[in-house]
Amino acid sequence: MSKPDLAAKLEILADAAKYDASCASSGTTKRDARSGGIGSTTGAGICHSYTPDGRCVSLLKVLLTNYCVYDCLYCINRASSGVRRARFTPEEVVQLTLDFYRRNYIEGLFLSSGIIRSPDYTMEQVVRVARTLRVEHQFRGYIHLKTIPEASPELIEQAGRWADRISINVELPTPADLAQLAPEKNLARIDQSMQVIQARIAQGKAERAESPRAPAFAPAGQSTQMIVGATPSPDADVLARADQLYRQRKLKRVYYSAFSPIPDASRHLPLLAPPLVREHRLYQADWLLRFYGFSVGELTTPAAPDLRLDVDPKMAWALRHREHFPVDLNLAPRELLLRVPGLGVRNVDRILRVRRWHRLRLDDLLRLRVPMKKALPFVAVADHTPHRLEAAGALRLLAPPADQLDLFAPAPASVRSGEL
Amino acid sequence: MEQITFAPTFAGWQRAARRALARGIAPEAVAWEELGDDQPSLGIFGEEADDSGVDVSAFRVPRSFVALAESVACHRDPRRWGLLYRALWRLTHGEPRLLDLAVDPDVHALEAMEKAVRREVHKMRAFVRFRAVAHEGAEWHVAWFEPEHHIVERNAPFFRDRFAGMRWSILTPDRCAHWDGEHLSITAGVPRSEAPSADAVEGLWRTYYGNIFNPARVKTRAMRKEMPKRYWKNLPETAIIPALLARAPVRVERMIAASDAQVVRPEEWELARPPAGADWDALRDAAHSCRACPLWHDATQTVFGEGPRPAGLMLLGEQPGDQEDRAGHAFVGPAGKLLDAALAEAGIERGGAYLTNVVKHFKWEPRGKRRMHRTPGEREARACRPWLEAELRIVQPRVVVCLGATAATAAFGPGVRVARDRGEFRPSPLAPHTLVTWHPSALLRAPDPDTQARQRAEFVADLRAALRRREETRAA
Repeated sequence: MSKPDLAAKLEILADAAKYDASCASSGTTKRDARSGGIGSTTGAGICHSYTPDGRCVSLLKVLLTNYCVYDCLYCINRASSGVRRARFTPEEVVQLTLDFYRRNYIEGLFLSSGIIRSPDYTMEQVVRVARTLRVEHQFRGYIHLKTIPEASPELIEQAGRWADRISINVELPTPADLAQLAPEKNLARIDQSMQVIQARIAQGKAERAESPRAPAFAPAGQSTQMIVGATPSPDADVLARADQLYRQRKLKRVYYSAFSPIPDASRHLPLLAPPLVREHRLYQADWLLRFYGFSVGELTTPAAPDLRLDVDPKMAWALRHREHFPVDLNLAPRELLLRVPGLGVRNVDRILRVRRWHRLRLDDLLRLRVPMKKALPFVAVADHTPHRLEAAGALRLLAPPADQLDLFAPAPASVRSGEL
Repeated sequence: MEQITFAPTFAGWQRAARRALARGIAPEAVAWEELGDDQPSLGIFGEEADDSGVDVSAFRVPRSFVALAESVACHRDPRRWGLLYRALWRLTHGEPRLLDLAVDPDVHALEAMEKAVRREVHKMRAFVRFRAVAHEGAEWHVAWFEPEHHIVERNAPFFRDRFAGMRWSILTPDRCAHWDGEHLSITAGVPRSEAPSADAVEGLWRTYYGNIFNPARVKTRAMRKEMPKRYWKNLPETAIIPALLARAPVRVERMIAASDAQVVRPEEWELARPPAGADWDALRDAAHSCRACPLWHDATQTVFGEGPRPAGLMLLGEQPGDQEDRAGHAFVGPAGKLLDAALAEAGIERGGAYLTNVVKHFKWEPRGKRRMHRTPGEREARACRPWLEAELRIVQPRVVVCLGATAATAAFGPGVRVARDRGEFRPSPLAPHTLVTWHPSALLRAPDPDTQARQRAEFVADLRAALRRREETRAA
């Protein structure tokens, strides 16, 4: 077989990496190249481009190799998949990262890998790329390394030493889901590794608080990804898992990736349009958990364990709890303002500042660009109090068409069941 | 009405505004007149006005206003100077809390300008694309950018700190920023033709861009919101967007077609119908005209099983490969050679076992000039199953060795994993003693020599165990 050239490898190994949603380059320590080397981080991430799928391109996101001994059914790189395979040398990834960085295409590197030979061997190769960039080339840009839960603690230690962020994907929300689709993965072991990383990040922070010269350990924290829609687990399970990861493991981010059809997909997976609306609702719910003071139990109910697709989760909550509304924007406390549909954190804080000097009116809301159709039924201001009937009318207007992008409409249900 | 002429920079306006404020000129009474670049008295930062004698100590403004004004000064809207002065006037004439009032029309307008500038600063950091050129014997990185606002000076330190080790220039129609490794300099704007038009790495970058895009989730509105079209002409990657979008539906279709759960016309699929009561030769002949699944269409011929009948041992593969398809015999290609060697090592003569495949036609897709093997799906396996069952009835094996995942699935269903379940005898619908092991082609595809050596050893050991089991069960 002829050896693929660099472009052919990049084609295969970028393609293999695109199912990872994360591309954040924010939240790390501030660095620059004034004292040598190349690269900087300012704390805020930069998206250098956007692809037609609406996702940003911030990092060079590639796999070191897409050979893999694991056989996780949702994964395009699983051992039994017929996908084309390729393998970068660590030096090739280093060179590609630097070439792209110098031209200002990227903020840095997000490196992941299929498991070859053994978890430790693979992790060692991944770490080598990061170490070469940091030590030999004094690279000060952003590095995100995907770590392998089974890798030895020494290698995870090194990964955290060179990377800004490290991540382990939990992939699926429940142990049963994992047993079904990823038999080689083990939720308990993943959690154990996350716990080790969590303790090490905390230790690194404490050391740096004492001496700013202490080496940082993954200063941008750890993140993870869950695939949505590959198993029947409802949003309640997904959010409960996310909430646990945020609270117990102090994760910086949980990414949700709508399961999308992959080439050579296993027959055990649903053949559906990727549930993009569901993914979007999960991100909204995730935000409500982290910044709006909502708890998991408030977002879904036992009777309806999935988020509504037709309205956003905050609106859904408001519709279930009309007793809290209307909220008087000139009087209500911050916690309650945050629960008003259409009001974001920024606008809530502006309202709090403005109302110390000025009674808010409808005109003011327009200037703050509050989405009026959404918010008006739920708020009272100096010259507006919602009327019951008006609220009912507005609510009817709020419902958008229920169907999402129907990419695979012609596929009948029987195709998915595999029945002849 | 008093006309105030000033250099259109924050510093220039600041001086002029201080003097106007000290003289108590109300905002309504001022007309702000920008000095052009061509007016000789001023350089870019140059200021000739004399500030002596102006006492502004009586006026206090919040620090946040200075930051706001510095940013708004970069905006292209000529009304910004008057707006800033009116805000300054109100702040110093009884409205010290003005900036808290986001709903005030002046504050609202200033904040909108500040936001536009901040966004453009950010977009410049994102969308500047350097091209490497040789200049005075060294590598120089040159970019062309068309900023919406006057942000080149404001943003230059960012690029200096990030690319301090490089030598670079950012050219724009307004101003150009240069870093020679030691000094940052600002010069007048240039036309686009001054900038280089290509870079060797851009091909790789476009390759990356085109492949990190997932065609199954097209959301162009989200893309255009964050990367408005006016930037596209200076971004090397956007040239391929139309092609990516045009090909997206086809690629998605191919993704689905390539999955096992493919969309098919039901009339193309049925179960194979072996003639009832036929002997082996009649079966093989009948199989040659099988049309139960569409694979016959692109395959050369049906490759039926071979070997002694009855036989105590059956080796079950996946499907014929490229060479098997041409030759009409099972296991004659590279994987077959490896199998032969392993069989010899295990002490099994090839003629001593019956060899066949789960699927009897070659499934492939063109890749260049080659016919690339594609793993058969559940549907092909199911359509072909009656042939296998007919073979089993005639061969009557006590031991079946499943080579690889497709054969293992035929025996034990979809839960089976070769890596986990190999090497163990279990009863299956195929035979009372069924063993799963590697497919020889998996050994050929092993990522590294160590893995290959380990898998090969396991493979031979499994074959040896199968031979032993055949002998043990012979008496019974």
